[in-house]
Amino acid sequence: MDNIIEINNLSKKFKELTAVDDISFNVKKGEIFAFLGPNGAGKTTTIKMLTTLTSPTSGTILINGYNPAKQQEEARASFGIVFQDPSLDDDLTAYENMDFHGMLYKVGSKDREERIERLLVFVELWDRRNDLVKHFSGGMKRRLEIARGFLHHPKILFLDEPTIGLDPQTRNHIWTYLKKMNKEESTTVFLTTHYMEEADKVSDRIAIIDHGKIVARGTSAELKEQTKTNSLEEAFLSLTGSEIREETVKNQAMSGRARAWRR
Amino acid sequence: MIAIYTLWVREVKKYFRSKSRIIGSLGQPILFLVALGFGLGPTFKAAGQGDYIQFLVPGIISMSILFLAIFSGISVIWDRQFGFLKETLVAPVPRWQIMVGRTLGGATVAVLQGLIVFAISFLAGFRLANFATLPMAFVFMTFIALIFTALGTAIASVLEDMHGFQLIMNFLVMPIFFLSGALFPMTGLPKVLEIVVRFDPLAYGVDGLRGTLGGVSHFGLFADFWILSVVVVVFIGIGSYLFSKIRV
Repeated sequence: MDNIIEINNLSKKFKELTAVDDISFNVKKGEIFAFLGPNGAGKTTTIKMLTTLTSPTSGTILINGYNPAKQQEEARASFGIVFQDPSLDDDLTAYENMDFHGMLYKVGSKDREERIERLLVFVELWDRRNDLVKHFSGGMKRRLEIARGFLHHPKILFLDEPTIGLDPQTRNHIWTYLKKMNKEESTTVFLTTHYMEEADKVSDRIAIIDHGKIVARGTSAELKEQTKTNSLEEAFLSLTGSEIREETVKNQAMSGRARAWRR
Repeated sequence: MIAIYTLWVREVKKYFRSKSRIIGSLGQPILFLVALGFGLGPTFKAAGQGDYIQFLVPGIISMSILFLAIFSGISVIWDRQFGFLKETLVAPVPRWQIMVGRTLGGATVAVLQGLIVFAISFLAGFRLANFATLPMAFVFMTFIALIFTALGTAIASVLEDMHGFQLIMNFLVMPIFFLSGALFPMTGLPKVLEIVVRFDPLAYGVDGLRGTLGGVSHFGLFADFWILSVVVVVFIGIGSYLFSKIRV
């Protein structure tokens, strides 16, 4: 098997809105794959379908050979994920956050211990392992989440805008960790980001989604050539236009709240 | 099963870590014990009903378990808001195990709180009627704790945020407490109230505790035990179902 992720004719419809519209693409084993698009283009919805959090309206997905809609546990064991928003338990220490994650993912206690130490050292948080996460800065939390994402030896690591709101130093570190882990453990990395120069630097291949459809695929060089531009940012703008998008994510959250009230 | 254990440890650890929560949630039961116990005590006695503290303590223990259990269950909403919920929802374990782990953890914490209130009640003059039934009293406390942690989880699973919280406190938790017979005897009630009380699961918990700690029960310990066992299973079932349907 050459492709670790296979997506065929995948669609997701909410009541009036088609968030993801008949997309197909593959991600190769061991590559760093950037999934780019403006706000509300369908990136997060796609990641949710890939990671079993929501089921597709139609189309098929294979994650490490498993269908996330049907073989949820097998699919879940195959990936790690760093969400767009924080997902740590602030009232636990860094070590406990790692330890509980390892237990949930059934990492044996000896392996867990060694791996937690290695990863916390790797993201430079070993000295702070016994501090409560609520005292951590945004960058430290992000690093901890990345370490946690790698803990259970996932085949794929999903990262939804991992560097958003971080200073250039931290961002630089995060990409260094990701590239290193990608090399050392040949973990496939699937990421979204709005920083085009970062996507350009780290990714092997790129797919651009807009209005729920894939508008371009290929290496950064191929995209630049296709659009006759000099940077990925220009290529991105030429493919997706320069008009500002509505954040449909917010609209969804609002309607979700309205739903909760009606119950 | 390790998932259940993990979530259980998390709840218990967090409880012991927040001393303010332990002490804070003792305030209300102590206030009830002192204000009602000593305030209404003489009237209760004059009405020929005996010692009010003896009568009240099982109700106050039930109350403290009820509140803490509901809060533990509802903490799913906080986890949703602070993001930790997602981490558990993508873990490769069945959702019901996550729910059961959380519920066992929340219930453990609530029972511990009930035991602390129980210990304090001796300072207010409570005397145990029968030592032999003490283990049975523990079982009833566990039932109350499980039922209401599961209920809290079920409610939190369908709410998106804390806006509905006042609604739940005033229209669910408070009625459950006040209509359970925790504060008043269940004999000679107006017909309507008597029927309502029979639909309140906490009534059987209070009654079971009253029977095992004070030696007097209204419905009978056997009835209390079986009704509560069924309610535990049903509520954990409903809670697991709703929890497994959570979308983030």
